[in-house]
Amino acid sequence: MPSTTDLRRSPLDDRHRAAGAKLIEFAGWEMPLQYQGIKAEHEAVRTRAGVFDVSHMGQIETAGPGAQALLQYLLSNDLRRLPEGGAQYSVLCTPEGGVMDDLFTYRLAECVFLTVTNAANHERDLEWFQRHAPDFNADVIDRRDAFAMLAVQGPRARHLVAGLADGPLVPRMHCGGRSVAGVPLLMCGTGYTGEPGVELMLDPDGAGEVWDALVAAGATPAGLGARDTLRLEVGYHLHGNDLDRDHGPIEAGLGWCCRESTGFVGSEVVARVRADGPAQKLVAFEMTGPGIARPGNPIAGGGVVTSGTFSPSLQRGIGMAYVPAERSEPGTELEIDVRGTPRAAEIRSKPLYTPKES
Amino acid sequence: MPDPSYPEDLLYHPEHDWARLDPGNSEEATFGITWFAQDSLGEVVFFDPPKVGSTVTKDAAYTEIESVKAVSDVISPLSGEIVAVNDALADSPETINEDPYGEGWLVKVRLSDPGEQEALLDAAAYEATLS
Repeated sequence: MPSTTDLRRSPLDDRHRAAGAKLIEFAGWEMPLQYQGIKAEHEAVRTRAGVFDVSHMGQIETAGPGAQALLQYLLSNDLRRLPEGGAQYSVLCTPEGGVMDDLFTYRLAECVFLTVTNAANHERDLEWFQRHAPDFNADVIDRRDAFAMLAVQGPRARHLVAGLADGPLVPRMHCGGRSVAGVPLLMCGTGYTGEPGVELMLDPDGAGEVWDALVAAGATPAGLGARDTLRLEVGYHLHGNDLDRDHGPIEAGLGWCCRESTGFVGSEVVARVRADGPAQKLVAFEMTGPGIARPGNPIAGGGVVTSGTFSPSLQRGIGMAYVPAERSEPGTELEIDVRGTPRAAEIRSKPLYTPKES
Repeated sequence: MPDPSYPEDLLYHPEHDWARLDPGNSEEATFGITWFAQDSLGEVVFFDPPKVGSTVTKDAAYTEIESVKAVSDVISPLSGEIVAVNDALADSPETINEDPYGEGWLVKVRLSDPGEQEALLDAAAYEATLS
Protein backbone atom coordinates (compact mmCIF):
# COMPACT_ATOMS: atom_id res chain seq x y z
CA MET A 1 0.00 0.00 0.00
CA PRO A 2 1.49 3.39 -0.94
CA SER A 3 1.99 5.93 1.83
CA THR A 4 -0.44 8.83 1.81
CA THR A 5 2.23 11.11 0.35
CA ASP A 6 2.32 8.93 -2.79
CA LEU A 7 -1.41 9.22 -3.35
CA ARG A 8 -2.84 11.31 -6.14
CA ARG A 9 -5.07 14.13 -5.01
CA SER A 10 -8.07 15.71 -6.64
CA PRO A 11 -7.96 19.40 -7.59
CA LEU A 12 -10.78 19.71 -5.03
CA ASP A 13 -8.72 18.24 -2.20
CA ASP A 14 -8.68 21.53 -0.25
CA ARG A 15 -12.47 21.81 -0.53
CA HIS A 16 -12.91 18.27 0.81
CA ARG A 17 -10.62 18.90 3.76
CA ALA A 18 -12.30 22.20 4.57
CA ALA A 19 -15.68 20.44 4.49
CA GLY A 20 -14.44 17.89 7.05
CA ALA A 21 -14.53 14.96 4.65
CA LYS A 22 -13.25 11.59 5.77
CA LEU A 23 -10.65 10.73 3.12
CA ILE A 24 -9.67 7.23 2.05
CA GLU A 25 -7.19 5.64 -0.31
CA PHE A 26 -8.97 4.46 -3.43
CA ALA A 27 -7.07 3.04 -6.43
CA GLY A 28 -4.01 5.16 -5.73
CA TRP A 29 -6.00 8.33 -5.01
CA GLU A 30 -6.96 10.01 -1.78
CA MET A 31 -10.67 10.72 -2.17
CA PRO A 32 -13.61 11.60 0.09
CA LEU A 33 -15.43 8.58 1.55
CA GLN A 34 -18.03 10.80 3.20
CA TYR A 35 -18.68 14.31 4.47
CA GLN A 36 -21.57 14.33 6.93
CA GLY A 37 -22.44 10.65 6.64
CA ILE A 38 -23.16 8.05 3.99
CA LYS A 39 -26.86 7.75 4.82
CA ALA A 40 -27.55 11.48 4.65
CA GLU A 41 -25.61 11.84 1.39
CA HIS A 42 -27.40 8.83 -0.12
CA GLU A 43 -30.74 10.32 0.89
CA ALA A 44 -29.80 13.70 -0.61
CA VAL A 45 -29.11 12.06 -4.00
CA ARG A 46 -32.31 9.99 -3.91
CA THR A 47 -34.53 12.93 -2.96
CA ARG A 48 -32.77 16.15 -4.09
CA ALA A 49 -29.31 16.52 -5.63
CA GLY A 50 -25.79 15.52 -4.71
CA VAL A 51 -22.42 16.33 -6.22
CA PHE A 52 -19.59 13.81 -6.34
CA ASP A 53 -15.95 14.50 -7.07
CA VAL A 54 -14.97 11.61 -9.33
CA SER A 55 -11.72 13.11 -10.56
CA HIS A 56 -10.02 9.77 -9.93
CA MET A 57 -11.71 8.45 -13.08
CA GLY A 58 -9.33 8.38 -16.06
CA GLN A 59 -9.80 9.57 -19.64
CA ILE A 60 -8.34 8.26 -22.87
CA GLU A 61 -8.75 10.18 -26.11
CA THR A 62 -8.72 8.22 -29.35
CA ALA A 63 -8.50 10.37 -32.48
CA GLY A 64 -7.72 10.10 -36.14
CA PRO A 65 -9.12 8.48 -39.29
CA GLY A 66 -8.82 5.00 -37.77
CA ALA A 67 -10.12 5.90 -34.30
CA GLN A 68 -13.51 4.24 -34.78
CA ALA A 69 -11.92 1.09 -36.21
CA LEU A 70 -9.52 0.85 -33.25
CA LEU A 71 -12.33 1.23 -30.71
CA GLN A 72 -14.51 -1.18 -32.65
CA TYR A 73 -11.70 -3.72 -32.28
CA LEU A 74 -11.21 -3.13 -28.54
CA LEU A 75 -14.67 -2.30 -27.17
CA SER A 76 -17.59 -4.71 -27.01
CA ASN A 77 -20.32 -2.40 -28.26
CA ASP A 78 -20.94 -1.32 -31.87
CA LEU A 79 -19.24 2.05 -32.41
CA ARG A 80 -21.29 2.56 -35.60
CA ARG A 81 -24.26 3.06 -33.29
CA LEU A 82 -22.51 5.87 -31.40
CA PRO A 83 -23.39 9.19 -33.04
CA GLU A 84 -21.47 12.42 -32.65
CA GLY A 85 -22.48 13.89 -29.31
CA GLY A 86 -23.52 10.46 -28.04
CA ALA A 87 -22.48 8.22 -25.14
CA GLN A 88 -22.08 4.46 -25.18
CA TYR A 89 -21.36 1.87 -22.49
CA SER A 90 -19.17 -1.13 -23.27
CA VAL A 91 -16.69 -3.54 -21.77
CA LEU A 92 -13.06 -4.07 -22.68
CA CYS A 93 -12.43 -7.80 -22.96
CA THR A 94 -9.29 -9.86 -22.70
CA PRO A 95 -8.62 -12.25 -25.61
CA GLU A 96 -9.97 -14.96 -23.26
CA GLY A 97 -13.26 -13.10 -22.93
CA GLY A 98 -12.79 -11.77 -19.38
CA VAL A 99 -13.67 -8.20 -18.46
CA MET A 100 -10.64 -5.85 -18.25
CA ASP A 101 -12.79 -2.80 -17.58
CA ASP A 102 -16.21 -1.32 -18.16
CA LEU A 103 -16.35 2.13 -19.67
CA PHE A 104 -18.34 4.94 -21.17
CA THR A 105 -17.16 6.28 -24.51
CA TYR A 106 -18.27 9.70 -25.76
CA ARG A 107 -18.03 10.67 -29.40
CA LEU A 108 -16.90 14.29 -29.41
CA ALA A 109 -16.49 14.55 -33.20
CA GLU A 110 -16.60 12.14 -36.11
CA CYS A 111 -13.03 11.00 -35.45
CA VAL A 112 -12.55 12.00 -31.80
CA PHE A 113 -13.61 9.82 -28.88
CA LEU A 114 -13.18 10.18 -25.14
CA THR A 115 -13.31 6.99 -23.04
CA VAL A 116 -13.64 7.14 -19.26
CA THR A 117 -11.71 4.46 -17.37
CA ASN A 118 -11.90 3.17 -13.83
CA ALA A 119 -9.05 4.62 -11.77
CA ALA A 120 -7.57 1.25 -10.87
CA ASN A 121 -7.50 0.19 -14.54
CA HIS A 122 -6.48 3.41 -16.26
CA GLU A 123 -2.83 2.62 -16.89
CA ARG A 124 -3.53 -0.91 -18.10
CA ASP A 125 -6.35 0.27 -20.36
CA LEU A 126 -4.16 3.02 -21.79
CA GLU A 127 -1.33 0.61 -22.47
CA TRP A 128 -3.80 -1.78 -24.15
CA PHE A 129 -5.21 0.99 -26.36
CA GLN A 130 -1.70 2.19 -27.26
CA ARG A 131 -0.45 -1.31 -28.01
CA HIS A 132 -3.15 -1.75 -30.66
CA ALA A 133 -3.11 1.79 -32.07
CA PRO A 134 -0.28 1.19 -34.59
CA ASP A 135 -2.45 -1.37 -36.40
CA PHE A 136 -4.98 1.38 -37.04
CA ASN A 137 -4.52 4.95 -38.19
CA ALA A 138 -5.31 6.37 -34.74
CA ASP A 139 -3.71 8.33 -31.93
CA VAL A 140 -4.29 7.29 -28.34
CA ILE A 141 -3.69 10.08 -25.84
CA ASP A 142 -3.70 9.90 -22.05
CA ARG A 143 -6.06 12.69 -20.94
CA ARG A 144 -6.31 11.81 -17.24
CA ASP A 145 -4.47 14.91 -16.09
CA ALA A 146 -6.47 17.14 -18.40
CA PHE A 147 -9.76 16.55 -16.62
CA ALA A 148 -11.38 16.89 -13.27
CA MET A 149 -14.74 15.12 -13.18
CA LEU A 150 -17.89 15.91 -11.21
CA ALA A 151 -21.15 13.98 -11.13
CA VAL A 152 -24.33 15.87 -10.23
CA GLN A 153 -27.09 13.37 -9.52
CA GLY A 154 -30.59 13.29 -8.10
CA PRO A 155 -34.17 14.20 -9.02
CA ARG A 156 -33.32 17.92 -8.72
CA ALA A 157 -29.85 17.66 -10.28
CA ARG A 158 -30.68 18.69 -13.83
CA HIS A 159 -32.79 21.62 -12.68
CA LEU A 160 -29.98 22.74 -10.41
CA VAL A 161 -27.31 22.53 -13.12
CA ALA A 162 -29.63 24.23 -15.65
CA GLY A 163 -29.66 27.29 -13.43
CA LEU A 164 -25.88 27.59 -13.80
CA ALA A 165 -25.50 26.52 -17.44
CA ASP A 166 -25.21 28.67 -20.56
CA GLY A 167 -27.64 26.59 -22.57
CA PRO A 168 -30.02 23.65 -22.47
CA LEU A 169 -28.61 20.58 -20.72
CA VAL A 170 -27.50 17.65 -22.83
CA PRO A 171 -30.08 14.82 -22.85
CA ARG A 172 -29.50 11.43 -21.26
CA MET A 173 -26.80 9.37 -23.06
CA HIS A 174 -25.51 12.41 -24.92
CA CYS A 175 -22.59 14.78 -24.46
CA GLY A 176 -21.67 18.26 -25.56
CA GLY A 177 -19.70 21.39 -24.80
CA ARG A 178 -21.38 23.76 -22.34
CA SER A 179 -20.33 26.13 -19.65
CA VAL A 180 -21.42 25.90 -16.03
CA ALA A 181 -20.78 28.80 -13.66
CA GLY A 182 -18.95 30.38 -16.57
CA VAL A 183 -16.47 27.51 -16.87
CA PRO A 184 -16.35 25.67 -20.22
CA LEU A 185 -16.67 21.92 -19.90
CA LEU A 186 -17.87 18.69 -21.43
CA MET A 187 -21.35 17.87 -20.15
CA CYS A 188 -22.49 14.24 -20.29
CA GLY A 189 -25.95 12.84 -19.65
CA THR A 190 -24.65 9.85 -17.72
CA GLY A 191 -24.20 8.77 -14.12
CA TYR A 192 -23.80 5.94 -11.64
CA THR A 193 -26.71 6.36 -9.24
CA GLY A 194 -29.85 5.54 -11.25
CA GLU A 195 -31.02 9.14 -10.78
CA PRO A 196 -31.25 11.83 -13.44
CA GLY A 197 -28.21 14.06 -13.68
CA VAL A 198 -25.09 14.98 -15.55
CA GLU A 199 -21.39 14.29 -15.38
CA LEU A 200 -19.02 17.16 -16.03
CA MET A 201 -15.46 16.86 -17.31
CA LEU A 202 -13.39 20.00 -17.12
CA ASP A 203 -10.00 21.61 -16.73
CA PRO A 204 -8.82 20.91 -13.16
CA ASP A 205 -8.14 24.65 -12.71
CA GLY A 206 -11.83 25.42 -13.09
CA ALA A 207 -13.11 22.58 -10.92
CA GLY A 208 -13.17 24.55 -7.66
CA GLU A 209 -15.31 27.28 -9.14
CA VAL A 210 -17.86 24.83 -10.54
CA TRP A 211 -17.91 22.80 -7.32
CA ASP A 212 -18.52 25.91 -5.24
CA ALA A 213 -21.32 27.06 -7.55
CA LEU A 214 -23.03 23.66 -7.45
CA VAL A 215 -22.82 23.48 -3.66
CA ALA A 216 -24.05 27.07 -3.32
CA ALA A 217 -26.99 26.18 -5.57
CA GLY A 218 -27.94 23.37 -3.18
CA ALA A 219 -26.10 20.23 -4.28
CA THR A 220 -25.04 18.14 -1.28
CA PRO A 221 -21.40 17.02 -1.43
CA ALA A 222 -21.45 13.21 -1.52
CA GLY A 223 -18.54 10.79 -1.19
CA LEU A 224 -17.52 7.42 -2.52
CA GLY A 225 -19.43 5.69 0.31
CA ALA A 226 -22.79 6.94 -0.95
CA ARG A 227 -21.70 6.40 -4.55
CA ASP A 228 -21.30 2.71 -3.73
CA THR A 229 -24.65 2.27 -1.93
CA LEU A 230 -26.45 4.19 -4.70
CA ARG A 231 -24.96 2.19 -7.57
CA LEU A 232 -25.55 -1.13 -5.84
CA GLU A 233 -29.23 -0.39 -5.21
CA VAL A 234 -29.75 0.06 -8.96
CA GLY A 235 -27.55 -2.88 -9.96
CA TYR A 236 -24.65 -1.05 -11.60
CA HIS A 237 -21.42 -3.03 -11.73
CA LEU A 238 -18.17 -2.09 -10.03
CA HIS A 239 -15.08 -3.39 -11.80
CA GLY A 240 -12.79 -5.20 -9.41
CA ASN A 241 -15.83 -6.43 -7.45
CA ASP A 242 -18.57 -7.57 -9.85
CA LEU A 243 -16.49 -7.57 -13.00
CA ASP A 244 -13.05 -9.11 -13.45
CA ARG A 245 -10.86 -10.97 -15.90
CA ASP A 246 -12.15 -14.32 -14.62
CA HIS A 247 -15.76 -13.56 -15.59
CA GLY A 248 -17.07 -12.54 -19.00
CA PRO A 249 -19.76 -10.01 -19.86
CA ILE A 250 -22.40 -12.71 -20.42
CA GLU A 251 -21.88 -14.09 -16.88
CA ALA A 252 -22.08 -10.51 -15.61
CA GLY A 253 -25.39 -9.80 -17.36
CA LEU A 254 -23.75 -7.35 -19.78
CA GLY A 255 -24.57 -9.18 -23.00
CA TRP A 256 -26.68 -6.16 -23.97
CA CYS A 257 -23.53 -4.08 -24.57
CA CYS A 258 -21.73 -6.77 -26.59
CA ARG A 259 -21.99 -7.00 -30.39
CA GLU A 260 -19.89 -10.04 -31.21
CA SER A 261 -20.44 -9.53 -34.95
CA THR A 262 -18.03 -6.59 -34.81
CA GLY A 263 -15.16 -8.98 -34.08
CA PHE A 264 -13.86 -7.20 -30.97
CA VAL A 265 -11.07 -8.77 -28.93
CA GLY A 266 -12.61 -11.64 -26.96
CA SER A 267 -15.78 -11.73 -29.10
CA GLU A 268 -15.34 -15.40 -30.05
CA VAL A 269 -15.44 -16.46 -26.42
CA VAL A 270 -18.32 -14.11 -25.68
CA ALA A 271 -20.29 -15.53 -28.62
CA ARG A 272 -19.65 -19.08 -27.46
CA VAL A 273 -20.74 -18.36 -23.87
CA ARG A 274 -23.84 -16.57 -25.13
CA ALA A 275 -24.74 -19.56 -27.31
CA ASP A 276 -23.99 -22.25 -24.72
CA GLY A 277 -25.23 -20.34 -21.70
CA PRO A 278 -22.90 -19.29 -18.88
CA ALA A 279 -22.04 -21.63 -16.01
CA GLN A 280 -22.44 -18.77 -13.53
CA LYS A 281 -24.52 -15.64 -13.47
CA LEU A 282 -24.18 -12.40 -11.56
CA VAL A 283 -27.34 -11.77 -9.55
CA ALA A 284 -28.61 -9.11 -7.18
CA PHE A 285 -29.83 -10.17 -3.75
CA GLU A 286 -31.44 -8.80 -0.62
CA MET A 287 -30.90 -10.12 2.88
CA THR A 288 -34.21 -11.50 4.15
CA GLY A 289 -33.04 -11.63 7.76
CA PRO A 290 -30.44 -9.87 9.87
CA GLY A 291 -26.86 -9.36 8.75
CA ILE A 292 -25.00 -7.79 5.87
CA ALA A 293 -23.12 -9.94 3.36
CA ARG A 294 -19.76 -8.59 2.25
CA PRO A 295 -17.52 -9.24 -0.78
CA GLY A 296 -15.88 -12.65 -0.59
CA ASN A 297 -18.59 -14.29 1.54
CA PRO A 298 -19.24 -17.80 0.13
CA ILE A 299 -22.73 -19.04 -0.74
CA ALA A 300 -23.91 -22.51 0.29
CA GLY A 301 -24.06 -24.76 -2.78
CA GLY A 302 -21.63 -22.58 -4.75
CA GLY A 303 -21.09 -18.95 -5.54
CA VAL A 304 -19.56 -15.91 -3.92
CA VAL A 305 -20.63 -12.40 -2.97
CA THR A 306 -18.91 -9.71 -5.07
CA SER A 307 -20.51 -6.60 -3.56
CA GLY A 308 -22.36 -6.26 -0.29
CA THR A 309 -23.47 -3.31 1.76
CA PHE A 310 -26.32 -1.84 3.77
CA SER A 311 -28.98 -0.23 1.58
CA PRO A 312 -30.11 3.09 3.04
CA SER A 313 -33.22 3.08 0.81
CA LEU A 314 -34.28 -0.48 1.64
CA GLN A 315 -32.90 -0.49 5.19
CA ARG A 316 -31.35 -3.93 4.84
CA GLY A 317 -28.34 -5.72 3.46
CA ILE A 318 -28.08 -5.97 -0.33
CA GLY A 319 -25.47 -7.15 -2.77
CA MET A 320 -24.42 -8.93 -5.91
CA ALA A 321 -23.03 -12.43 -6.27
CA TYR A 322 -21.94 -14.96 -8.86
CA VAL A 323 -24.07 -18.10 -8.47
CA PRO A 324 -24.48 -21.28 -10.53
CA ALA A 325 -26.70 -20.44 -13.53
CA GLU A 326 -29.23 -23.14 -12.62
CA ARG A 327 -29.88 -21.38 -9.32
CA SER A 328 -29.92 -17.76 -10.51
CA GLU A 329 -33.64 -17.06 -10.91
CA PRO A 330 -35.23 -14.22 -8.91
CA GLY A 331 -36.91 -15.68 -5.85
CA THR A 332 -34.17 -18.25 -5.25
CA GLU A 333 -33.19 -18.38 -1.59
CA LEU A 334 -29.52 -18.07 -0.74
CA GLU A 335 -27.66 -19.03 2.41
CA ILE A 336 -24.61 -16.82 2.70
CA ASP A 337 -21.76 -17.65 5.05
CA VAL A 338 -21.13 -14.29 6.71
CA ARG A 339 -17.92 -14.86 8.67
CA GLY A 340 -19.12 -18.22 9.99
CA THR A 341 -22.79 -17.32 10.51
CA PRO A 342 -25.32 -18.54 7.90
CA ARG A 343 -27.47 -15.59 6.82
CA ALA A 344 -30.60 -15.72 4.66
CA ALA A 345 -30.91 -13.81 1.40
CA GLU A 346 -33.02 -14.01 -1.74
CA ILE A 347 -32.18 -13.33 -5.37
CA ARG A 348 -34.12 -10.34 -6.68
CA SER A 349 -34.47 -8.83 -10.11
CA LYS A 350 -32.56 -5.63 -10.80
CA PRO A 351 -32.85 -2.86 -9.89
CA LEU A 352 -33.29 -3.56 -6.19
CA TYR A 353 -34.46 0.02 -5.83
CA THR A 354 -36.40 1.87 -8.53
CA PRO A 355 -35.75 5.63 -8.52
CA LYS A 356 -38.90 7.68 -8.15
CA GLU A 357 -40.10 9.75 -11.06
CA SER A 358 -38.63 13.22 -10.78
CA MET B 1 -22.74 12.68 16.11
CA PRO B 2 -21.52 14.33 19.31
CA ASP B 3 -18.13 16.01 19.70
CA PRO B 4 -15.12 13.89 20.72
CA SER B 5 -15.09 12.98 24.40
CA TYR B 6 -13.28 10.53 26.64
CA PRO B 7 -14.91 10.40 30.10
CA GLU B 8 -12.51 10.19 33.01
CA ASP B 9 -14.47 7.53 34.91
CA LEU B 10 -13.74 4.88 32.26
CA LEU B 11 -10.80 2.57 31.60
CA TYR B 12 -9.62 2.34 27.99
CA HIS B 13 -8.15 -0.37 25.82
CA PRO B 14 -5.82 0.87 23.05
CA GLU B 15 -8.00 -0.93 20.47
CA HIS B 16 -10.63 1.77 21.14
CA ASP B 17 -12.83 0.06 23.72
CA TRP B 18 -13.87 1.19 27.18
CA ALA B 19 -14.80 -0.56 30.43
CA ARG B 20 -16.86 0.98 33.23
CA LEU B 21 -16.41 -0.86 36.52
CA ASP B 22 -19.66 -1.30 38.40
CA PRO B 23 -19.36 0.99 41.43
CA GLY B 24 -21.39 -1.45 43.54
CA ASN B 25 -19.62 -4.62 42.38
CA SER B 26 -15.94 -4.51 41.52
CA GLU B 27 -16.24 -7.82 39.66
CA GLU B 28 -18.66 -6.51 37.03
CA ALA B 29 -18.07 -4.09 34.20
CA THR B 30 -19.87 -2.59 31.18
CA PHE B 31 -18.09 -2.50 27.83
CA GLY B 32 -18.47 -0.27 24.79
CA ILE B 33 -16.50 1.43 22.03
CA THR B 34 -14.94 4.86 22.18
CA TRP B 35 -15.90 8.04 20.40
CA PHE B 36 -12.89 7.55 18.13
CA ALA B 37 -14.02 4.01 17.25
CA GLN B 38 -17.57 4.99 16.34
CA ASP B 39 -16.30 7.97 14.34
CA SER B 40 -13.88 5.77 12.40
CA LEU B 41 -16.62 3.23 11.69
CA GLY B 42 -19.15 5.77 10.50
CA GLU B 43 -22.87 5.15 10.83
CA VAL B 44 -23.49 1.85 12.59
CA VAL B 45 -26.25 -0.10 10.86
CA PHE B 46 -26.07 -3.54 12.47
CA PHE B 47 -25.04 -5.03 15.80
CA ASP B 48 -25.59 -8.71 16.49
CA PRO B 49 -24.91 -9.06 20.22
CA PRO B 50 -22.94 -12.04 21.53
CA LYS B 51 -24.76 -14.61 23.67
CA VAL B 52 -25.25 -14.11 27.37
CA GLY B 53 -23.11 -16.72 29.11
CA SER B 54 -20.34 -16.68 26.52
CA THR B 55 -16.84 -15.87 27.69
CA VAL B 56 -14.72 -12.97 26.55
CA THR B 57 -10.93 -12.73 26.70
CA LYS B 58 -8.93 -9.56 27.15
CA ASP B 59 -7.39 -8.37 23.83
CA ALA B 60 -9.49 -10.82 21.77
CA ALA B 61 -12.45 -9.99 19.50
CA TYR B 62 -15.80 -10.82 21.13
CA THR B 63 -18.30 -9.32 18.70
CA GLU B 64 -18.66 -7.27 15.51
CA ILE B 65 -20.15 -3.93 14.64
CA GLU B 66 -21.20 -3.11 11.07
CA SER B 67 -21.27 0.27 9.45
CA VAL B 68 -22.64 0.94 5.96
CA LYS B 69 -19.22 0.42 4.50
CA ALA B 70 -17.56 -2.30 6.56
CA VAL B 71 -17.57 -4.69 9.49
CA SER B 72 -15.20 -4.27 12.43
CA ASP B 73 -14.19 -6.57 15.25
CA VAL B 74 -14.72 -5.34 18.80
CA ILE B 75 -11.88 -6.18 21.19
CA SER B 76 -12.57 -7.10 24.78
CA PRO B 77 -10.83 -4.80 27.26
CA LEU B 78 -11.02 -7.42 30.07
CA SER B 79 -11.76 -11.14 30.50
CA GLY B 80 -14.93 -12.68 31.92
CA GLU B 81 -18.41 -13.96 31.18
CA ILE B 82 -21.16 -11.96 29.50
CA VAL B 83 -24.08 -11.45 31.89
CA ALA B 84 -26.14 -8.98 29.84
CA VAL B 85 -26.25 -7.58 26.30
CA ASN B 86 -27.78 -4.34 25.04
CA ASP B 87 -30.78 -5.73 23.14
CA ALA B 88 -32.04 -2.23 22.32
CA LEU B 89 -29.24 -1.89 19.77
CA ALA B 90 -30.93 -4.44 17.50
CA ASP B 91 -33.58 -1.87 16.59
CA SER B 92 -31.44 1.25 16.92
CA PRO B 93 -27.79 0.44 16.26
CA GLU B 94 -27.17 4.14 15.56
CA THR B 95 -27.28 4.65 19.35
CA ILE B 96 -23.66 3.46 19.32
CA ASN B 97 -22.82 6.62 17.33
CA GLU B 98 -25.10 8.93 19.23
CA ASP B 99 -24.24 7.92 22.79
CA PRO B 100 -21.19 5.63 22.78
CA TYR B 101 -20.61 5.87 26.55
CA GLY B 102 -24.25 5.73 27.64
CA GLU B 103 -27.18 4.10 25.84
CA GLY B 104 -24.74 2.73 23.26
CA TRP B 105 -23.12 0.26 25.70
CA LEU B 106 -22.62 -3.23 24.27
CA VAL B 107 -22.35 -5.85 27.03
CA LYS B 108 -22.02 -6.32 30.79
CA VAL B 109 -19.38 -8.79 31.92
CA ARG B 110 -18.60 -10.63 35.18
CA LEU B 111 -14.85 -10.29 35.34
CA SER B 112 -12.74 -13.41 35.79
CA ASP B 113 -9.56 -11.50 36.56
CA PRO B 114 -10.25 -7.99 37.87
CA GLY B 115 -6.48 -7.50 38.19
CA GLU B 116 -6.29 -7.19 34.40
CA GLN B 117 -7.59 -3.65 34.66
CA GLU B 118 -4.11 -2.52 35.76
CA ALA B 119 -3.07 -2.85 32.10
CA LEU B 120 -5.80 -0.50 30.82
CA LEU B 121 -5.35 3.22 30.16
CA ASP B 122 -6.93 6.22 31.80
CA ALA B 123 -8.65 8.82 29.60
CA ALA B 124 -5.57 11.03 29.21
CA ALA B 125 -3.29 8.12 28.31
CA TYR B 126 -5.82 6.77 25.79
CA GLU B 127 -6.35 10.16 24.20
CA ALA B 128 -2.57 10.49 23.84
CA THR B 129 -2.56 7.33 21.69
CA LEU B 130 -4.93 9.00 19.22
CA SER B 131 -2.71 11.91 18.22
